[in-house]
Amino acid sequence: MALYSEKVMEHFRNPRNVGVIENADGVGEVGNAKCGDIMKIYLKIDNDIITDVKFETFGCGSAIASSSMATELIKGKPVSDALKLTNKAVAEALDGLPAHKLHCSVLAEEAIKKALQNYYEKNGIEYDRSLFPDCESCEHCCE
Amino acid sequence: MIYLDNAATTKMSDCALKAMMPYFSEIYGNPSSLHSMGQQAAEALFDARQRISSCIGCTPKEITFTSGGSEADNQAIISAAAMGAKKGKKHIISTAFEHHAVLHTLEKLEKQGFVITLLDVGEKGLITAKQVEEAIRPDTCLVTVMYANNEIGTVQPIREIGEVCRNKNVIFHTDAVQAVGHIAINVTEQNIDMLSLSAHKFHGPKGIGALYARKGIPLHTVIEGGAQERGKRAGTENLPAVMGMAAALEEACSKLNENAQKITLLRNKLISGLSKIPHSILNGDEKSRLPGNVNFCFEGIEGESLLLLLDDKGICASSGSACTSGSLDPSHVLLALGRPHEIAHGSLRLSLSEETTEEEIDYTVKVVTEVVSYLRSISPVWRDLESGKKEFIIKEGY
Repeated sequence: MALYSEKVMEHFRNPRNVGVIENADGVGEVGNAKCGDIMKIYLKIDNDIITDVKFETFGCGSAIASSSMATELIKGKPVSDALKLTNKAVAEALDGLPAHKLHCSVLAEEAIKKALQNYYEKNGIEYDRSLFPDCESCEHCCE
Repeated sequence: MIYLDNAATTKMSDCALKAMMPYFSEIYGNPSSLHSMGQQAAEALFDARQRISSCIGCTPKEITFTSGGSEADNQAIISAAAMGAKKGKKHIISTAFEHHAVLHTLEKLEKQGFVITLLDVGEKGLITAKQVEEAIRPDTCLVTVMYANNEIGTVQPIREIGEVCRNKNVIFHTDAVQAVGHIAINVTEQNIDMLSLSAHKFHGPKGIGALYARKGIPLHTVIEGGAQERGKRAGTENLPAVMGMAAALEEACSKLNENAQKITLLRNKLISGLSKIPHSILNGDEKSRLPGNVNFCFEGIEGESLLLLLDDKGICASSGSACTSGSLDPSHVLLALGRPHEIAHGSLRLSLSEETTEEEIDYTVKVVTEVVSYLRSISPVWRDLESGKKEFIIKEGY
């Protein structure tokens, strides 16, 4: 049996939304090079809609595929939808991830949340802090 | 398909495969049986043991067949430890970058009250006989140092280490799984007391190996049962595999110099090609190195994605990244060299064989260069390094 689903390999080989958005409205970076994966998400937001999203990832095949899928899932969606994106939804959209690779989908969820948090803070928008993980330590990826 | 993972395992040679075939369906008797079919098998076993022993410079009685390199390592270490414990000697010296077959056996012994000293292998992945000499204590019962490292290919000064151990009356074991069949070995001349080897690393079958133990060193049984292998290793002998191993080893040893010369040239070409990739570094000493081993770290990328993309381009390779090791830490070998985690995740091992061609090497250099450059282009780490936000660990012109 192959390590990854066809969907994971397809997104890994042809990742969507790779790149950088200059003057992004929100940027979020999670992970740690020491642990072997870092994800960075850039958001362009107009009238509460995510009009563009780009990512850069340092990591394994499933980390790149998770970033790609997560960006696809939030592109063109309202901010409120993006906030609800779960790691489970990312993993399911990829037709599953091996158990020891699930943390890659967690990283994708957290990178998006962090970019949204950055957007709120930049624009002085009030938000519920409890919805955002404290990602500074990112222990999940080192445990 | 370009197979550059010969340190993981090799393709069986035609001659080894041919040597095995009759022992599956023609001479299939049990060497312990008295009838003629069994005795024919016993004779073949005797003959194979003789041929294998002459390839490494010992006597047939000093060879015990095992299921492979790991079992041989386990048995060697457990035997020396049992002998030491009888005399109250419970100190063992090894290195930080041994194969897990050695390290995990030592960890087990540590829990049983043995004291383990792991020698520092330095940035180049080499130890010296002097380091061993200085680490030997009155209660040292074993020194176990791998002949050649499986990841970075560095070859240790085995004869000198053996000499130090001989002079100090300490048993010297070497895990020579990566070395046998690739570099000339003579256990007698090199003062080796015990040596582990594995057939599938030199174009023989998987699931078979051997432990050489110098006459007078009692082996402790790891597998209990019948009196096979002179009571040192129970279980009906895997005769087809033994015959395949003997044929593969003889073939490898007869072409050893010729192969080593050819492979070394290609290896050097591969090293020089990959060195042109910016912020890359060769792991392990350049000179004291297996003919077929190339191991690099590329800053700013992760090894698993590199392997997957190389596989897409038809290149089989391996990496020491955490994602490929199945644990969360990158390779203990690269960490032992002092490579930081960030760099160790971006490692690539390419291991050649005599079947590797120059065209394959040229293609590999081209593809690795392209893939590294692509992965860097999507890596936030690389962006930070290039923009000066973070400092490069692997400096240019290193």
